[in-house]
Amino acid sequence: MSRLIIDLIARATWETTIMVACSGLLAVLGGLPLALLMVAMRRGGLMPCPPAARLLGLVVDILRAIPFIILLVILIPVTRMIVGTSLGTAAAIVPLSLAAIPYFARIAEVSLRAVDPNLVDAVRTMGGTRWMIVRHVLIPEALPGLVAGLTVTLITLTGASAMAGAVGAGGLGDLAIRYGYQRFNTQVMSLVVVVLIVFVAIIQAAGNALSNHLRHD
Amino acid sequence: MDVNVVDVRHVSRRFGGHVALDDVSFSVAKGEILGVIGRSGAGKSSLLRCLGALDRPDAGQILIEGQDITTLPQAGLVALRRRIGFVFQHFNLLSSRTVAGNISLPLEIAGVPRADRPQRIAELLALVGLSAHGDKWPAQLSGGQKQRVGIARALANDPALLLCDEATSALDPETTTAILDLLAEINRELGLTIILITHEMDVIRRIATHLVVLDQGHIVENAPTLAIMGAATQSAVTEALLSETQPQVPPALRARLVAEPAPDGWAIIRIRLAGEAAWQPMLSLLGQQYGVEATVLQGGTTEIAGQPFADQIVSVTGYCAEIHDFLTQFDPSLKVLGHVPADH
Ligand SMILES: Nc1ncnc2c1ncn2[C@@H]1O[C@H](COP(=O)(O)OP(=O)(O)O)[C@@H](O)[C@H]1O
Ligand SMILES: [Mg+2]
Repeated sequence: MSRLIIDLIARATWETTIMVACSGLLAVLGGLPLALLMVAMRRGGLMPCPPAARLLGLVVDILRAIPFIILLVILIPVTRMIVGTSLGTAAAIVPLSLAAIPYFARIAEVSLRAVDPNLVDAVRTMGGTRWMIVRHVLIPEALPGLVAGLTVTLITLTGASAMAGAVGAGGLGDLAIRYGYQRFNTQVMSLVVVVLIVFVAIIQAAGNALSNHLRHD
Repeated sequence: MDVNVVDVRHVSRRFGGHVALDDVSFSVAKGEILGVIGRSGAGKSSLLRCLGALDRPDAGQILIEGQDITTLPQAGLVALRRRIGFVFQHFNLLSSRTVAGNISLPLEIAGVPRADRPQRIAELLALVGLSAHGDKWPAQLSGGQKQRVGIARALANDPALLLCDEATSALDPETTTAILDLLAEINRELGLTIILITHEMDVIRRIATHLVVLDQGHIVENAPTLAIMGAATQSAVTEALLSETQPQVPPALRARLVAEPAPDGWAIIRIRLAGEAAWQPMLSLLGQQYGVEATVLQGGTTEIAGQPFADQIVSVTGYCAEIHDFLTQFDPSLKVLGHVPADH
């Protein structure tokens, strides 16, 4: 195997890691507060406001309904504004995050909703404020589920980052498309697929291990 | 100081059109253990949630240590809740924290400095007999141990009042006894006022000094436990609740009961004696003075609220007015349940 191919794949792997890690981080920073808001504003929640909860849910679902490839295209002007260019790894992080935020928000919402409301009552009886309830009950109790949800999100992002290759994002997907699909270089394509499989397997294994480590019931 | 720890005045609570609590009033003095009993749906949990300031009543006042909690603003409520400990039926421990971590939470919430927490946690663990288990996760504990953690957590901030909602209902009988003993000990040693809610009369008999019977949102009985248990007549609801733990006429005998005395037959009577009278050898005296035979068919002498209490179903031969008068000297509430004709 040529030095060139190894360099290509190593670089692409690094780019994919950066894209997935950064957009994953932004998915948590954006998605978790959204999920908390959706849970808190439900009826019987920490700050009930069901109409607002429904509206927020609708916005989240609309974002999730837009096919990623379309999101990529319509976000080009926004990406240019934020990153300065619409090409490359950094540019791909903008549409990837925007797709991942509502995705993770819905998954996180499910985990947060599964927290026993009696635990919330217990902390209310201790004189806990809403913020204390979020910090000491909702997030810690949902954490194993949140980690599992993040794992799924990261793997979905890995797939989506390949599609972002279509706008020149770089990364493993881009490599597979350019060498495999456009130049019929099956060797590079197969290698990229193997690396992607290992990449996804590592994320899943690490996610499972962390989630189990955090679970005490 | 004669300020009651709890004063409930004309409290009502509605859910839509359904009245869960209707004009409920009672008070609890310092150091009392008040048992609140009632059937499922009687309004017990609704009452406790109002007392713990988790819900507001629709009408009436609730004074905790003289302070009306129904008109307190949110900030005041948060401070007040720290004066009240809550123990739950299903423990409600955080699975994300260890035993020590769970006990630490109310301390953190109350702003106890980090450095002062370990000592307080160790004291509380020792109090509930779990010193060796601080580093375990709740999932590693038995039900009884979880409830001990629940109690330690409720006591963390030295509450003035402990509220227990069916605290032993999820536990087996042996563990129930251990938890009730622990609550009684805490009551004695810390002088803590306790309100406990239950649907089990047995729990009341064992530790409640005072008893409130709730039925469909109304108070039907409110007196010292012993007075209610020993009273000549009780409301139908109380009677039904009491019958769970009271001696009953054996079914085979009940089928043979007739209303009129029968020659050569026996009378079946119910005798209840509270306090020192419970120890008197009444039945032996009866035998000596009247030459009749008296046999205890069911029941015996137990303790209620720390006082001896006898509750027995007794058969007596040759039952007559004199014997009745003799026995009612000891127990004015004596009841003749019926007569059993001799079988020929
Ligand atoms: N949140 C609620 N919404 C509507 N009805 C309720 C609610 N909580 C309790 N109730 C009703 O109020 C009555 C008393 O309930 P509760 O206080 O839980 O009784 P208990 O604890 O004695 O079983 C019941 O009829 C119950 O259905
Ligand atoms: Mg209840």
